Amino acid sequence: MTLKTLWHRLGSPRWFYQISRPWIYVLGILALVLLVTGTVWGLVFAPMDYQQHDSFRIMYVHVPAAMVAQSAYIVMGFAGVLLLVWRMKLADMVLATVVPFGMSMTVFALVTGAVWGKPTWGAWWVWDARTTSMLVLLFLYFGLYALRQAIARPEAAARACAVLAVVGMINIPIIKYSVNFALTLHQKASFTLTEAPSMPPEMWLPLALNVLGVYCLFGANLLSRLRLEILRRERGTQWVRDLVLSGSA
Amino acid sequence: MGMIAVPTATSAPRLFWSQFQRELVSVVRSKEEALNPLLFLFLAISLFALGAGGDPEVLQNIAPAIIWVLVLLANMMSLEGLFRRDYEDGTLEQLILLAEPGFVPVLAKIAAQWCVSGLAMTLLAPIAGLILFLPSTVLPTLMITLLLGTPALSLLGAVGAALTVGLRRGGVLLAILVLPLYVPVLIFGSSAVIQHMDGIGTQAQIYWLLAITMISITLAPFLVHAALKISVEQ
Repeated sequence: MTLKTLWHRLGSPRWFYQISRPWIYVLGILALVLLVTGTVWGLVFAPMDYQQHDSFRIMYVHVPAAMVAQSAYIVMGFAGVLLLVWRMKLADMVLATVVPFGMSMTVFALVTGAVWGKPTWGAWWVWDARTTSMLVLLFLYFGLYALRQAIARPEAAARACAVLAVVGMINIPIIKYSVNFALTLHQKASFTLTEAPSMPPEMWLPLALNVLGVYCLFGANLLSRLRLEILRRERGTQWVRDLVLSGSA
Repeated sequence: MGMIAVPTATSAPRLFWSQFQRELVSVVRSKEEALNPLLFLFLAISLFALGAGGDPEVLQNIAPAIIWVLVLLANMMSLEGLFRRDYEDGTLEQLILLAEPGFVPVLAKIAAQWCVSGLAMTLLAPIAGLILFLPSTVLPTLMITLLLGTPALSLLGAVGAALTVGLRRGGVLLAILVLPLYVPVLIFGSSAVIQHMDGIGTQAQIYWLLAITMISITLAPFLVHAALKISVEQ
């Protein structure tokens, strides 16, 4: 299948529903294996940090959650562009389904950050660059959620959310930079694409597993929610009726 | 597509100018719409001063934050009415249908709104600074940052205003949508004033404010136009 036909096929929720089922299992099982291995390895077997002792271990759940929370917003931004430019139905459903996952991951990252901050920085909350930009990200998610709730017609709500997601996506780098400019207390990123990590492998490998795992979880969550959303939106069509009546939905 | 002669003979600059004039005239005729946000600004500044017990040192330290935050809020309040009346009487629909290119009248409306909010607040900022005991040497920095930052506020806020214009209780929602987007302008604006008070250079912030305003001018009119189309259709 060429990229062009794939592109056209993505316009059909029915086609997507039919091909996406195995991917939920693949991603779901991968997520389970990676997260269990990474978490157990990180929490139990990884060596202790010489300065932070055991409290550093919260990194193994905190960092993946924070990463995926930001990626989820970027996914929505791109879905917003797809919806506004090509009116792709599937993009609208992506916008509708990513918000809860992204929001909960942002909250999770903030809460685990606070739990780690208490023993390490001596305070539950500090106005540091990254905590603040995560907080702003949470507000951006709230905005999308509130806007969708406020508009009755689903089609109009989706396009309104698309506009907001695009504005948010353009703004996120500027917000991050500005917050970095004003407040910096957080340590540098644990992982960058350009440098080798400064941690020993037995410390960063479990983190890498958890990061991969949480992205797989995101994929599986997105797909299963999308499939549900497809059934709900297309409930008037013949293929959904056939599917439900045959009991294989 | 673009080659079809548009029946109205107006060019884009003329369309912009006539819409801009129309907006200013309507502001002059209903004064409270423009004056209320400015009144709010000074009222809230007085409340802060009273809340802090009038202590000059405390007020001076937090004056940049107070002024910038209140400018954000006042600007957001004046944005709420930006499209409201035109939406209710149907003018907005005609503007979006007829104007070619469609973002021109939108940009004109935002420009007019900025003149009566952002520009007016910039001009009044020295008074706000003085009653909060800001040293007078800092006032030029305050004014420059306001002058460069408030257009971005109007442009970004207009996206939120356009999205919420059709909703019955859009006010609080507008705040939730728009205020997170205002964060960079707030940070660069107030930190420039604070750094000037501490005797540190402020060029970086000024360039950043200018950059944010430029990005907003480039992208916001199209997004506002798209948002208005969504609001008009529902």
